[in-house]
Amino acid sequence: MRIGYYPGCSLLGSSREFDESTRAVLKALGVELEQVPDWNCCGASSAHILNHELSLALPARILALAEQAGLTEILAPCAACSNRLLSAQQELEKHPELKAAIEKAIEMPYQGTVKIVNILEVLDRLKDRIAEKVKAPFTKHVASYYGCLLVRPPRVVNFDRPEDPQSMDLLLKAVGATPVEWPFKTECCGAAFSVTRTDIVAKLSGKLVKDAVNRGADAIVVACPMCHSNLDLRRAEINDYLQKEYAIPAMFITQVIGLALGLDPRDLGLHRHMVPVEFTETAGVQS
Amino acid sequence: MSRIGVFTCHCGENIGATVDCAKVAEMCKDIPGVAYSVDYKYMCSDPGQRMMQEAIKEHKLDGVVVAACSPRMHEPTFRRAVANAGVNPYMCEMANLREHCSWVHEKGEATTHKAADLIRVLVEKIKHNEPLFPIKVPVTRTAMVIGGGVGGIQVALDIANGGHKVVLVEKSPSIGGHMSQLSETFPTLDCSQCILTPRMVEAAQHPNITLMTYSEVEKVDGFIGNFKVTVRKKARKLDEKLCTGCGLCIQKCPNKKISDEFNEGLGTRTAIYVPFPQAVPNKPVIDTLNCTFYKTGKCKVCEKLCPTGAIRFEQEDELVTLDIGAIVLATGFKLMKTDVFPEYGYGKSKDIIDGMQFERLASASGPTSGVMKRPSDGKEPETVVFIACSGSRDRSKGVPYCSKICCMYTAKHAMLYKHKVHSGKAYVFYMDIRAAGKDYDEFVRRAIEEDDVKYIRGRVSKIYEEDGKLVVMGADTLMGGEPVEIRADMVVLATAVQSNEGSEELAQTLHVSYDTYGFFAEAHPKLRPVETNTAGIFLAGACQAPRDIPETVAQASGAAAKVVGLFSNDELTREPIVAVVNRLPAPAYSHCVGCFLCLSACPYQAIEQEEIKSRSGEVIKTLARINPGLCQGCGTCVATCRTKAIDLQGFSNEQIYAELMTL
Repeated sequence: MRIGYYPGCSLLGSSREFDESTRAVLKALGVELEQVPDWNCCGASSAHILNHELSLALPARILALAEQAGLTEILAPCAACSNRLLSAQQELEKHPELKAAIEKAIEMPYQGTVKIVNILEVLDRLKDRIAEKVKAPFTKHVASYYGCLLVRPPRVVNFDRPEDPQSMDLLLKAVGATPVEWPFKTECCGAAFSVTRTDIVAKLSGKLVKDAVNRGADAIVVACPMCHSNLDLRRAEINDYLQKEYAIPAMFITQVIGLALGLDPRDLGLHRHMVPVEFTETAGVQS
Repeated sequence: MSRIGVFTCHCGENIGATVDCAKVAEMCKDIPGVAYSVDYKYMCSDPGQRMMQEAIKEHKLDGVVVAACSPRMHEPTFRRAVANAGVNPYMCEMANLREHCSWVHEKGEATTHKAADLIRVLVEKIKHNEPLFPIKVPVTRTAMVIGGGVGGIQVALDIANGGHKVVLVEKSPSIGGHMSQLSETFPTLDCSQCILTPRMVEAAQHPNITLMTYSEVEKVDGFIGNFKVTVRKKARKLDEKLCTGCGLCIQKCPNKKISDEFNEGLGTRTAIYVPFPQAVPNKPVIDTLNCTFYKTGKCKVCEKLCPTGAIRFEQEDELVTLDIGAIVLATGFKLMKTDVFPEYGYGKSKDIIDGMQFERLASASGPTSGVMKRPSDGKEPETVVFIACSGSRDRSKGVPYCSKICCMYTAKHAMLYKHKVHSGKAYVFYMDIRAAGKDYDEFVRRAIEEDDVKYIRGRVSKIYEEDGKLVVMGADTLMGGEPVEIRADMVVLATAVQSNEGSEELAQTLHVSYDTYGFFAEAHPKLRPVETNTAGIFLAGACQAPRDIPETVAQASGAAAKVVGLFSNDELTREPIVAVVNRLPAPAYSHCVGCFLCLSACPYQAIEQEEIKSRSGEVIKTLARINPGLCQGCGTCVATCRTKAIDLQGFSNEQIYAELMTL
């Protein structure tokens, strides 16, 4: 199986471990990744509030390049990237005049034929193969955290149940983990306030961390670089806010599956986390 | 040679401003067969009609074209006028100059010419018209009411008091419907059962009413005044004549853990049961899905104990066919369940209940005898959150409409809770408060002002369980979208009112139309709200749209008046626009070759086989015959007939060709 790959900026920077673990796991499962040549920024959280045309042109260029490279499907592991690509693709399909204008702006033909998939969709297809290859079942209680961008807006992403998604829980079950019953699967982590308003992130992500621990989770599992930054990079602020030392690690779904498949933790980038990936008896709390 | 009169109407400015009516009248004089042509400002007015009648007599007219508005509007008016002047009413046709010409075109030469063309077409048609005579059909003066809730009971009582027989069919073991489940009713807070049960008893004892409980309508044939309705009487497994309703069987039934429908799953019942103590009739049924005898072949405790030997395990369903003159649908509604709300935990929490479950909790006859106890652990809830518009006005739930009753019953629920738990806190999340009705808004104000119910305008985005509490996350949109978090002990969802289970199938059985949401469609939303498009079938209550009790009862009396009106005739008159199979002298008898394609094509089962026999009784030919009582004049058989043996009276092939050839 061969699939196009659009890492986006996060996977080269703050979330290198997501890139590393995605590549490692998919390689172990026999999936070949072909990077979109000469790719650019998807527009992230800024383009679409500043300039509408730009917010369409940036993803359109990525998709046009993928088309030129003969790719029919691309994996965008970053939830924000896949959300931006899907939003632009759908808007251009609905408005042919916009599509013509964008084609002119990017100086490339754009068909809109490339299918955009997120990491959970790809892993879900490989679930049987994953289950077969599990060497070290991840026998922990986990809180699966989907965040907002993977499932919303439902009409754009058309993925899983928007209020109570299941795909990650089922994957985690397949590698031996026990997902806890968790109402905060899609609650806000603070998103891009990670940089400008860490106090809000501490409050919102703090609620997630505290509740996951209260419900007996040993790890919070994510599939979005921004969620991960807030839960991991901002843990110091979270713990300050909560007045307690929460040590529950935040892991990417690819890292959990990688561990279960018996891959080397270093290849999965586990050493890059701010909160060490260690599982203590006190269910994540160290006072 | 025909002597046809053409009467062109200005319809005030409606036609006159766009079409040159005087010129049209002038042009029509030259059409062959037209003996008289005139225009007038308001042809439908009394002087207009009189002018027409005088012209008919003076010019000895034998056909009339009225060029005016839509025949839907005034065809009966003009046909009556023509008939009064001694001409067969079916020799009068209407050219629609208003909807088909003046309203849709600009003023101009071409428009005037089109108007004249529309008339010319009908002049040619009339030349081929035959006088037709209305069909008379007898009326069976027995009504059937389907659904034994408060609406159905009211319809049945009103018709019965009008002196006619009524068969009241109810699918559950007792009449009473949703209203019998309610605790108290808005806006007066009187006890629901106290006002309903006397009506139930009255219906059961009325000499003109036959109750058929635990029964369902299976098949409906026939037409207005002459329906044949087949009802399935489901086996109660009991001889109703012998049963005295002593209740010994219910007391001794060993199978006591069955979820109780009447208490909305909040209580339990036995396998042989009556739905509630005041049930009418007060005779039990055996729930064969849960009865130990039907599952294992052993038990029969009820049979051994019954003092009158009324239990009949071998009893089977019975099919009864009844002659019925009119049918009233009063099949009610169902409530959306709590398990369709992912944001509210898919109904996983026992303490997130719907409005009807709250009614049972608050009811003196309910599982808690009216004491406020939450379902999960039986504790008295200290904080209760009510969420209005749960599913209603929500396109993502497929319910864009307002359920109408929830604003009022939510206010009532909050009030009842406060009356029972004085120290408790009640919150209501709402979108808008729609309390239009006599004493309705005052009732809501009373909840807010006197009973201190906290109304918060905003939606609830999520409810989750934490430490035995339900955390309700919402927003207060009157405070600038401020997030609100309430730790509640119980949450009541005012879930959407939906069309009842099986309503679409029933509509198809009865050939009545229904809307996208499965509610039965009225014939006209304003002027014919209790009639369906199928003659002789009427509507009452929430089977048509969400309704509260006062509206349901009012509509029920309206439907009953329609039925009593219908029954005041000895026979009914029907339009003679029906299909006929042509008949010829022997030996052909008809162009019909007996292929009976028409028989399978007819949507109204109006076509039957007719044998032509010789004097010795030998069958010479088998032909199609159309029952004019059943035929609705749709014309499907005409199109299907391979030998053109069928024609629709008033719209024969010859007439239509004549119209087309004129253009």
